[in-house]
Amino acid sequence: MRRFLSALAFFALLIALWQALYDLKIWSPVLLPSPVQVVRYLQGAIVDQTLLHSTIITMRRLLTGYFFGIVVGLPLGLLTARWTLLRDTLGTTALGLQTLPSVCWVPLALLWFGQTEAAMLFVVIMGTLWSVIIATDTGVRHVPPIYPRAALTMGSKRLHIWLKVILPASLPFIVSGMKQGWAFAWRSLMAAEIYVTILTGFGLGQLLHFGREQQAMEQVIGIMIVIVLIGLLVDKTLFSPIERFLHRRWGTSQ
Amino acid sequence: MFRPKTGSVTQELELVAPSKLSIDNVSKSFHTATGNVLALDRVSLNVNEGEFVCLVGPSGCGKTTLLNIIAGLEKPDSGTVLTDGKPVTGPGRDRLVMFQESALFPWLNAFGNVLFPLKLKPNLSNKDRRDVAKYYLELVGLTRFERANIHELSGGMKQRVALARALAPNPRVLLMDEPFAALDALTREQFYGDLQTIWKERKKTIVFVTHNVREACCLGDRVLLFSPNPGRIQEEFHVDLPRPREMNTSELATYAARIMRSLKQQAATTT
Repeated sequence: MRRFLSALAFFALLIALWQALYDLKIWSPVLLPSPVQVVRYLQGAIVDQTLLHSTIITMRRLLTGYFFGIVVGLPLGLLTARWTLLRDTLGTTALGLQTLPSVCWVPLALLWFGQTEAAMLFVVIMGTLWSVIIATDTGVRHVPPIYPRAALTMGSKRLHIWLKVILPASLPFIVSGMKQGWAFAWRSLMAAEIYVTILTGFGLGQLLHFGREQQAMEQVIGIMIVIVLIGLLVDKTLFSPIERFLHRRWGTSQ
Repeated sequence: MFRPKTGSVTQELELVAPSKLSIDNVSKSFHTATGNVLALDRVSLNVNEGEFVCLVGPSGCGKTTLLNIIAGLEKPDSGTVLTDGKPVTGPGRDRLVMFQESALFPWLNAFGNVLFPLKLKPNLSNKDRRDVAKYYLELVGLTRFERANIHELSGGMKQRVALARALAPNPRVLLMDEPFAALDALTREQFYGDLQTIWKERKKTIVFVTHNVREACCLGDRVLLFSPNPGRIQEEFHVDLPRPREMNTSELATYAARIMRSLKQQAATTT
């Protein structure tokens, strides 16, 4: 409660500061709208449902791509950890491509897939995939050999060892890889949406872009706030509980 | 719901006959940076049904290697290992290992760890599995800690969970690789009493590797002294003391002193 109140006080202070800056009229109100204007924009966007639709479209792109990225990346990571040949080839490729900012996939995706949903999906998958492969690979290779040995003596066989011993044992690594993959996917999707208009649906990035074109700063700031809130929400509801569980089980920090 | 009759808990907890181990002419060498090391050189050994045998010797004498070969985790270069006349071809639930470090799975709690081998056992209902796991946690005195995460347990408690996990599938042979080496003296001595009780109650053949001579005398019916380079059984000692044995008795000290003398002689001749 105390922590909540201090956080609340902090954000109230932040908004008050913003309002004060607005009142001082140092910058033109076109460049710096007041908090009230931003809230009014958001209110309007909620009422006419543009915000809801855009959020749904963005999240659908993100979740679909993220899902495929994990579904493909996880087994590939297991494979690269298992076979040296795959580690030297695919593993190295993954390492190289992970260093490539995923925004860099956007031009290629546009040329290959045109202004379609497939292009968006491709960018998100490229953001997720490499991080998941590398994290899974690292995780598997950090599993103490005594775990699979112990499992062997208890009658565990190959597939069972992979699913019930090696996979859970590398979970801390895999989860941090998934979190990184999420961050990369989220960033690259926003860039892609700002970069290119896709007529099958306007995402949050596109609203941001239109805000700039119409010089509607309250829209730009409003959408930015929404994007931040979604990021926070996902972290607090999806990743934090998993990480807390892992920390508690493994006894690492916190 | 229909449950097969074969899966009843009482049946699962029934005593199984302990195995007889026959190790015949087993050799094993390793390639290391300094060349070939003959870890075991034509080692032969019989362990009777329900016998408690301790293997002692300096590090590098091949005692752990022998244990791993009996467990089926490693293959000998030559020679055979039989359990009740049947050759060992790989790891099996009839021979469970308790490792020096507990090797417990940190993603499961204490209960989940004991349940792990039971889940691999067919013909048991899940309720039976849970009951069996509870029984063994109680046997090692950890009922109160069944929900504990592994990192929350002390070293001694971890090894108790590991013992429960090794006992849970009701193996015929228990292979113990210096399980108490990392524990403090007090915890260790408590363990000696408990292990003897559990051994008497559950009737297992136990092969116990240690470098602690007193420990070996306290626990073993027989103590086999290994010598290194190449790994061989140098000498055999029968410990004819009544059980349960206490660690700090003069009789036990006499036995230990005899073995220590041999060990020192060995060190003098090999260096």
